[in-house]
Amino acid sequence: MAKRTLSLDGQVIREYEINKERMTIGRKPHNDIQIDNLAVSGEHATIMTILNDSFLEDLGSTNGTLVNGQPIKKHFLQNSDVIEIGKYKLKYLNDQPAKAGQTEFEKTMVLRSAPSGGAPKPKGPGDTQTTTTNIQAQATHTRPGIPSGDRPATLPPKTVPSVPAAAPAGAAPAAAAPSPAAPSAPAAAGATPGGAGVIQILSGPNAGRELPLSKPLTTVGKPGVQVAVIAKRPQGYFITHVEGASFPVVNGKALDAQARQLEDHDVIELAGVKMEFYLKS
Amino acid sequence: MDLSTAIEIAKATHTGMVRSHNEDSIALEPEIGLAVLADGMGGYNAGEVASGIATALIANETKEAISRLDPHTVDRATGRMLATRLMAEIISRANASIYQSANSQPQYAGMGTTLVAALFCDNRVTVSHIGDSRCYRLRDQQLEQITRDHSLLQEQIDSGLLTREAARRSQNKNLVTRALGIEPEVEPEIHTYEAQEGDIYLLCSDGLNDMVEDADIELTLTSLSANLPLAAEQLVQMANDAGGRDNISVILIKIRKAFPAEEGWVSRVLSWFK
Repeated sequence: MAKRTLSLDGQVIREYEINKERMTIGRKPHNDIQIDNLAVSGEHATIMTILNDSFLEDLGSTNGTLVNGQPIKKHFLQNSDVIEIGKYKLKYLNDQPAKAGQTEFEKTMVLRSAPSGGAPKPKGPGDTQTTTTNIQAQATHTRPGIPSGDRPATLPPKTVPSVPAAAPAGAAPAAAAPSPAAPSAPAAAGATPGGAGVIQILSGPNAGRELPLSKPLTTVGKPGVQVAVIAKRPQGYFITHVEGASFPVVNGKALDAQARQLEDHDVIELAGVKMEFYLKS
Repeated sequence: MDLSTAIEIAKATHTGMVRSHNEDSIALEPEIGLAVLADGMGGYNAGEVASGIATALIANETKEAISRLDPHTVDRATGRMLATRLMAEIISRANASIYQSANSQPQYAGMGTTLVAALFCDNRVTVSHIGDSRCYRLRDQQLEQITRDHSLLQEQIDSGLLTREAARRSQNKNLVTRALGIEPEVEPEIHTYEAQEGDIYLLCSDGLNDMVEDADIELTLTSLSANLPLAAEQLVQMANDAGGRDNISVILIKIRKAFPAEEGWVSRVLSWFK
């Protein structure tokens, strides 16, 4: 299962398992992660965990908490985030589901608060925790272990907790700090091989004009007369007929209803206008 | 009254790039202006069974009810459009049916499904939903999500813990707080909106909106509004191009012209005396 770790200056001194809804970091001995250093406040910060997501919150510490060099009040932790408290650096690692082979995990599940009906009690979010998580921390003086007695049972996929209103104490506007690790799904669309596609108009009043195909979809033609769309996909650029009695012509051949992949320097005729597709490198 | 000329409907559904089978189901009844989409969950093929029961039962029962009743009339008991009560009752029966199957057949234990349904009548649309299947509306080139997910993430967004942007990076996707067939009773969320000529409604499973940004959905619907089937295929293709991690289903409904209810002679006569 997923593992989350915290490490000091790249060298793992200690590893913590995030197995509680709320873990505290601070100088005083009662903290789950104790860092015995005067630059660290008695109760410095907390890590709130709701299922597979963890949130770091500074508890109004004297010297503040940084994530990836930026001061934060509240932060939605992402894999590889570096938390700085005093001179200590803690790295948050979350090698979670994502990627391949994890489809089981992504299946939709229903949360509910009690195994059988009844008024859903406002339970703490941690009651439904499924993951055990590790923080490996590395501050020098830390407690040898975290009691794992109260680790919540795995949520059976079939039970329906009606979820605990998520807000932990003082859930202010929160989690704002943008993380550099933001994964971007549409990145694929941006990486179209062979350069950026462009349409150059060859005939008609707009001859010479260029139309960059930067959006995922670009329509060309005259609405109500004849329109085609060019889709930018990871595999390249594809033209498809949208509306009009006649179909677009590419290199002298009329298309059918299917999409056709465009090659560099293809000539398209549409609504009486000729245009050329090419790849700008 | 046959709505199939006033309302154009297109659909597309796909297993996606990762899953082995498609647990989404769709049912369309263009004559009565009904579209239903469900995203099933549960082991083996139980997810398909649950979503299949939901869509088939809701389509059949709504069709049957509308042959007897005028859904646009005001329901005396609630003061709302009759369509609202009709949908609530039919969804409740679908819930009971799935719940019973799940509890009587071990291979279906724990199955359930999300649901989104749109019923068009008298220039209005009644949207019912449970879970994280959504309804969006494109009006004046602007896309708006008109359902609010019953999900852990939505609750976190509402409480201020997560921003919408941060929610896209959450590891807690796919946790719904309400579903059809899980408990003996279910409370669907049902709202009625004015429908306007030119509106395009999109019903979709989370396999679309988890993979494709709202801005790209909006671009697709505005660019391809003249060719609804192509728009539906394009949305599925975009979700697959982005990874297609879940089943993807979309229904597009375009309002071609107004569809006021036809008044019967009795009500016309009655209206003289009002």
